[in-house]
Amino acid sequence: MAAQRSDGERLAKALGWFSIGLGVAQLAAPRRMNRLIGVDPDGKSTATMRAIGVREIAAGVGLLSQPRPTQWAWGRVAGDAMDLVLVGDALNSDDNDRPRAATTLALLFGITALDVYCAQRLTNTRRAPMTTAVDAERQEGIRVRKSVTVNRPADEVYAFWRNLENLPRFMKNLESVQVTGGGRSHWRAKAPAGTSVEWDAEITDDRPNALIAWRSVEGAEVPNAGVVRFLQAPGGRGTEIHVDLRYDPPAGKLGALVAKLFGDEPGQQVDGDLRRFKQVLEVGEVLYSDASIASGLRPAHPPEGQAPQLYDREEAILAERSADTAATTSNRDRASSTPPGEPRPSSAMPRL
Amino acid sequence: MRANCWMGTQRVEVRDVPDPQILNERDCIVKITSTAICGSDLHLYNGFMPTMEKGDILGHEFMGEVVECGRAVKNLKVGDRVVVPFTISCGVCNACRAEAFSCCENSNPIPQVSEAVVGHPLCGFFGYSRLTGGFAGGQAEYARVPYADVGPLKIENGFTDEQVLFLSDILPTGYMAAEMCDIQPGDFVAVWGAGPVGLFAMASAKLLGAERVVAIDRFDYRLQRAVARAGATDVINYEQLDGTTVVDALKELTGGRGPDKCIDAVGMEAHAPGLAYAYDRTKQALKLEIDRPIAVREAIMACRSGGTVSIIGVYGGMVDKFPLGSLMNRAITIKTGQTHVPRYMKPLLGRIERGEIDPTMVISHILPLADAPKGYDMFVNKMDGCEKVVLKA
Repeated sequence: MAAQRSDGERLAKALGWFSIGLGVAQLAAPRRMNRLIGVDPDGKSTATMRAIGVREIAAGVGLLSQPRPTQWAWGRVAGDAMDLVLVGDALNSDDNDRPRAATTLALLFGITALDVYCAQRLTNTRRAPMTTAVDAERQEGIRVRKSVTVNRPADEVYAFWRNLENLPRFMKNLESVQVTGGGRSHWRAKAPAGTSVEWDAEITDDRPNALIAWRSVEGAEVPNAGVVRFLQAPGGRGTEIHVDLRYDPPAGKLGALVAKLFGDEPGQQVDGDLRRFKQVLEVGEVLYSDASIASGLRPAHPPEGQAPQLYDREEAILAERSADTAATTSNRDRASSTPPGEPRPSSAMPRL
Repeated sequence: MRANCWMGTQRVEVRDVPDPQILNERDCIVKITSTAICGSDLHLYNGFMPTMEKGDILGHEFMGEVVECGRAVKNLKVGDRVVVPFTISCGVCNACRAEAFSCCENSNPIPQVSEAVVGHPLCGFFGYSRLTGGFAGGQAEYARVPYADVGPLKIENGFTDEQVLFLSDILPTGYMAAEMCDIQPGDFVAVWGAGPVGLFAMASAKLLGAERVVAIDRFDYRLQRAVARAGATDVINYEQLDGTTVVDALKELTGGRGPDKCIDAVGMEAHAPGLAYAYDRTKQALKLEIDRPIAVREAIMACRSGGTVSIIGVYGGMVDKFPLGSLMNRAITIKTGQTHVPRYMKPLLGRIERGEIDPTMVISHILPLADAPKGYDMFVNKMDGCEKVVLKA
């Protein structure tokens, strides 16, 4: 992974060492540093210089310890802004050495420019088009691997997933997937504040009842790629679904949006989506509790007003499933499966 | 409607809350006629179970009349009288197919909470924190029952509520505790805790062929009930042991062998005289351990080599000083689990009908729902000979 460092990464490391050097000097000799930059070394300025030294060391450690320290680089830019204000303010006081302070301010502008360049490079180099997750071992970004076992045969599970327009039925933040032809599809996901994020994706590999791989096409706001594998679970326990996906979270506002999209912890959202997928296929609908009906903490008592008809969007699945079941009953082991809604056979009761 | 809500540690209030509605198509709404306070509700009451929120409706033992059915519920109709299991089970996942209903893979809509605490999601339960799905409970006038086509048992004969209400939890729980012991002729069974579940475990052990059953508790009124109503042959009041331990007292009763089968019907808030209690109570208060595993420690140490320890008391998390060496070196089998209630309801209804077991034996108080706070207070403080409180909605 570290074989090839980008410009941004190399610059980040250099800035990291610079931060630590500067921070140590500020901590060890705050008065001398104040004199050097043209600030009166008496009064509160010593404590301020020491505090800035601590900040510099923290930024340096952050820049050096992270493989891709984008946030730390933007953190340095924020620090620069603070320093510019402090030194600019120092220019107004007769107690200070104005020519020296002016030189310091000019130097600070130079460093700020360098920090902004570094942070932008780190942010932008993440936007490279992605290959599928299978051969993306060396790629940057966040990788999520999750799996679930669904008590349904592989052909049914594969068919449900392969109809990409089904995905919003269990992927909580996905609004729609439109198949546009030629293996391509248009995805739209919910984002905070009523906005949405959209991208186009293409299927890169498709092996019936075994595997589906996809990637976003070039120009996607959130480049992503993934593969879902369908394996027969041992002992007739249904089908294992293994999802392996990668996405590149951009920084800034869009980054926060993407974090929301995929859950606070990478993979948490995927985990929830897979559990809903299992429920839709096994039970026919997603179960709600009083606490889960809305996001955020609410007491476990019935909702106020008319509850939303939560199951409406699963209705189509049920209809589809019964039609599907009727058509393919012959090649399925129906004996071991009691469809929801039917009472369990009484012979299943143990005799005590 | 009126419902008994958790409002903080040792605080419950009967409040006005919205009526439940059908949220999923396999739901039904039950108008509750009788409900009860469970010993495990006291863990919530005392604030030891994490992830409760102020306003949560408590209660997981209830029965009543079906007043509304979701469109996928075909086996019940409006007007049916049902007992509702505390476990919520989908009926179609691999666990439910194997009748391990309390291991249902689909009934917890917020699985990440329990997954973080215990490694895997827990089954959905009524009124029992977010660990078990965040469902409103049944100490209320009405309740929404998900997967109503799987769990609820229709009551068609002329049983009273008091006769069948406990099929929702404590009767199957006590029975499963005894069943897990795989009782053989001549077996000596020790039961920690002479609360309602303990009494049902004792009665079930006798039904399943135990020769002697010893009840272990610290309240004489409960030990007397164990003998008079649940068939206990011996009792140990651990607060009145003169300089000896429960383990030694059990060895004395069994000619040094130890009980063949041990049942922990106590769980996370166990008591003991002396230092062990002070140690665990302190760690629990500091949140360094969730549970006080005093009863299960004693059960393992006392059990004969090659015997079985059946844990039905509720635990929530990590414990300290667990006698793993005793367990391993002496070939002790541990069996445990939340009760797979729907597996036991019908057969136990048959036993009630044949007069083999009388569930009303555990009831000490019948109160209106409005008096739920008083019921909790009496139960937690063991006032007025409190054993089991039934609430009438």
